[in-house]
Amino acid sequence: MRFGALIGGLTALTVALFAVSLVTGPARTGVGAGLAALLRDDGGPLTLVMREIRLPRAILAVMVGASLGLAGAAMQGYLRNPLAEPGLIGVSGSAALGAVLAIQTGLAAAIPLGLPVAALTGAAMAVLLILALAGPRGTSLTLILAGIAISALAGALTSLVLNLSPNPFAANEIVFWMMGSLADRSFTHVWIAPPFMALGWGMLATLGRGIDALTLGEDAAEAMGIRLSRLRLTLIGGTAAAVGAATAVAGAIGFVGLVVPHILRPLVGAQPSRLLPASALGGAVMVLAADIAVRVVLPERDLKLGVLTALVGAPLFLHLIYKTRREIA
Amino acid sequence: MTLLSLDRLTVARGACPVVEDVTLTIAPGELVGLIGPNGAGKTTLMRGALGLLPATGASSLAALPPAARGKQAAWLPQAREIAWPVSVETVVALGRIPYLPAGTRLSPVDAAAVEAALERMDLTAMRDRAATQLSGGEQARVLIARTLAQETPLILADEPVAGLDPAHQITTMEVFAGLAREGRAVLVSLHDLGLAARHCTRLLMLHRGRLAADGPPGKVLTPENLRTVFGITAHFTETPDGPVFQTLEVVA
Repeated sequence: MRFGALIGGLTALTVALFAVSLVTGPARTGVGAGLAALLRDDGGPLTLVMREIRLPRAILAVMVGASLGLAGAAMQGYLRNPLAEPGLIGVSGSAALGAVLAIQTGLAAAIPLGLPVAALTGAAMAVLLILALAGPRGTSLTLILAGIAISALAGALTSLVLNLSPNPFAANEIVFWMMGSLADRSFTHVWIAPPFMALGWGMLATLGRGIDALTLGEDAAEAMGIRLSRLRLTLIGGTAAAVGAATAVAGAIGFVGLVVPHILRPLVGAQPSRLLPASALGGAVMVLAADIAVRVVLPERDLKLGVLTALVGAPLFLHLIYKTRREIA
Repeated sequence: MTLLSLDRLTVARGACPVVEDVTLTIAPGELVGLIGPNGAGKTTLMRGALGLLPATGASSLAALPPAARGKQAAWLPQAREIAWPVSVETVVALGRIPYLPAGTRLSPVDAAAVEAALERMDLTAMRDRAATQLSGGEQARVLIARTLAQETPLILADEPVAGLDPAHQITTMEVFAGLAREGRAVLVSLHDLGLAARHCTRLLMLHRGRLAADGPPGKVLTPENLRTVFGITAHFTETPDGPVFQTLEVVA
């Protein structure tokens, strides 16, 4: 059937791009030699490059992309709005604030995992705040409004840190970190972030039935036995865990969670539950491809991943809007 | 046996009660029309009975756990919402959600229920079309089919025939009457008193949140009730073609 073919195709594309990502980089190696060195420790520098630099980078690209794609599809399904994106609830902004504080205070340099832990703490704070504001008795509207307020607050505090920063090098580092990147990530990042992402995926994956029912509106879904308050809590928790962890290791990578569900929606017959796995794979494909592109397009200039996803994603989005504006109107 | 029993149900929105002290039961085989002027509390009464609004008093449906309620009663809200351009068949299949444990596919039983609902609402020809591209009346039929696919003993429908063409208004009321004859029950709010008089086995007349009259159409649509509740006069006769009801004019 078509849905199976789509999932199969996206999986194959993910695997292929994963392999391409492994053999892309400044250290020029043959494809065969690189993969051989990855599988068999030859004691030389090539194995070190493959195992310590490229493998974690490729793994993180898959996991960050899947987190953003899945959370985007879940958020759009819950809010019944194709303009929703995972950053909407303020988790990415707060994770970025945590990371910025870690860089500014020197915590990031002092402790190996200082930055991701601070970013995860920031994401957790955002969740506590949003639960207090849009918790058990909230609605989707209070969730959006609370998310916008938290994002604005986190953004203002980040600007304040930059504004008052006495150290131009720290400010510079902060600006570059916020652009989003997967360069020079190590296996310590692979150990800290993916458990949270996997937890988030597990929570978001249970939402399929509920967001399908929400196609008919909140009243009809609730009357069909969907517990909306539990659905909302699962969505907040799952998005925070997946996107907070993704931001903690990769910085802010925009547009993936917005564009990927939008592109794939027509291919799954617009059914929200089917969009979840498709968008997770599509997000992995997009981030892998973008992370390969930043290394191929401008290898010497350290082009940032988040810059590229926005540069490619925004025109793509405009094109989609242009194409579908008659349906939207 | 009753499918719905309300005991002194009171639903307040803010400080003032919108539905007050409504006590009634609905039994299998009944097609019950819920009538009343705008703001009389028809929608609030049905949502309160379903447990979608906090209420005092007792409702047999609201007392059920959410999963069991989805198998006991289907709810067709007045707002005709279809958020995504999914196919007609997909929308109708959403009615099977109460029967599907998370992550499972439609069983042959589910597929048969969807098929029957599509057929009943005359939708088989447009099953693959995107539901959002249909006309308002067609969307209304798709959403009615969704409640039919839920195969519950009781259906609560809020103004299901508003915006339908005359033929589909009659067909829809006949579908509901057919379900009642099969031993199920339907509670349907209506503004068209003519349809209510012709098709319903029983009418509930709401006036400012209270039950003003409850009984067969001939006992409810009396000149006094129409004057005090609706502020109108009407012509109501039994003919060889069944009851005929025609509104006449507004009472000063």
